[in-house]
Amino acid sequence: MTQNKSKTVMDKDGIDRCLTRIAYEILEKNKGIENLVLVGIRTGGVYLAERLQKKITAIEGTSIPLGILDITLYRDDISTAKKKPRLGKTKIPFSLDDKKVVLIDDVLFTGRTIRAAMDALIDFGRPKMIQLAVLIDRGHRELPIRADFVGKNLPSSLWEAVSVNLVEKNGMDEVVIKEEN
Amino acid sequence: MKFDKKDLLGIKDLSVNEINLILETAESFLEVSTRKIKKVPTLRGKTIINLFYEASTRTRTSFEIAAKRLSADTINISASTSSVVKGETLIDTARNLEAMNPDIIVIRHSASGAPHLLASLVRQSIINAGDGAHEHPTQALLDMMTIKEKKGKIAGLKIAIVGDIAHSRVARSNIYGLSKMGAHVTLAGPATMIPRHIEQMGVKVFTKMEDAIAGADVIMMLRIQLERQNQNIFPSLREYSQRYCLNRGNIGLAKKTAIVMHPGPLNRGVEISPDIADDPSRSVILDQVNKGVAVRMALLYLLGGGHE
Repeated sequence: MTQNKSKTVMDKDGIDRCLTRIAYEILEKNKGIENLVLVGIRTGGVYLAERLQKKITAIEGTSIPLGILDITLYRDDISTAKKKPRLGKTKIPFSLDDKKVVLIDDVLFTGRTIRAAMDALIDFGRPKMIQLAVLIDRGHRELPIRADFVGKNLPSSLWEAVSVNLVEKNGMDEVVIKEEN
Repeated sequence: MKFDKKDLLGIKDLSVNEINLILETAESFLEVSTRKIKKVPTLRGKTIINLFYEASTRTRTSFEIAAKRLSADTINISASTSSVVKGETLIDTARNLEAMNPDIIVIRHSASGAPHLLASLVRQSIINAGDGAHEHPTQALLDMMTIKEKKGKIAGLKIAIVGDIAHSRVARSNIYGLSKMGAHVTLAGPATMIPRHIEQMGVKVFTKMEDAIAGADVIMMLRIQLERQNQNIFPSLREYSQRYCLNRGNIGLAKKTAIVMHPGPLNRGVEISPDIADDPSRSVILDQVNKGVAVRMALLYLLGGGHE
């Protein structure tokens, strides 16, 4: 039996600094908060979106709308899945028409989640544009998708698992890369 | 917790965890029906057959809307316009439908156990949309979802079910479900409409409606099946409504916050007075219909395809 090698690649302060920088980059690219909305992808993306919302509020002095998106119903493997994944609630209580939407997720990997998320968003309205912010980009894209805002590029092998642990769901903030059996 | 049943035949076969999973999934689906574009691509390319051997407006429409909002293709077959009138048996009809490769068959039949027979014959998922006087599981699930939303819980509530218990599949499925979820269920109806030994299902039985609804959190009125009038189970509609109609007077015995439910279709003035049925502070009858679509979307999602 082999011991799983696990390595912390980002700690609490590292995550916080990344999010602060991303918040400024979002404001810089969009020239402020006009028509700007955030949408977090369940579950990790939601907590990061809430933190980004707080940071943007602190910088600009005004809060911007935050939505929650569950992409399960848009997954490309859903009709062949024998056991259906648990469905979470989607809450986008505002119109997306003509809005600049920043989609937020914890890890960008194959890009399939983001494809599903974009299809879902377009069913909600016609955003002016969709941008993507992720804490970790681990590579291995299977679709032509890239992020506009990246916390950290983390080269990884397909045999490794990258997990973003956050206080809100795992009790501590850290990014861990681990070899899978 | 994953749902790994092939079919949904009755509430009797479901665990508390499975009921909770269905209800939570349905709560997530409520939102889809509030969108401008009320459709998600989840069951694209799946075919769902609604095979209805009995009349239905609510249930059939609800299943059809649920399937369409999930992007499945639906086909409705009602006995009166099908080969049933030419004498085809249920088994032959089922084998023929199976040969056309649908993914889910929703069946309503006047014979108790018809969905179970179908489930044992064909490889498709079968959903029971009401079989005889046996079970109507999707109705019980939407009732539980409505109670959970209005009361915040099911466990510990006092729930009265009033009417023709003996012929009611809605009552039977709800007794199974509500008891499993920890509610205290009381029943009331004329002695001719109460099945013998029903106490063994863990319910309290009264012949006086007032005794059953006293202190209740939820009152569930059942439809009097007018087609049974000539079976000598009650002398007259007039006498029935004098003793078992929920009205302004007797509802005062229940809790002030008690909600009123009815599976429809209503016989206004027979089992429920119009002012109660239309009282927005009491009646959740249309909420039940609204939840029905979400519950059926959840079931089609959980059962939808991918089986061997």
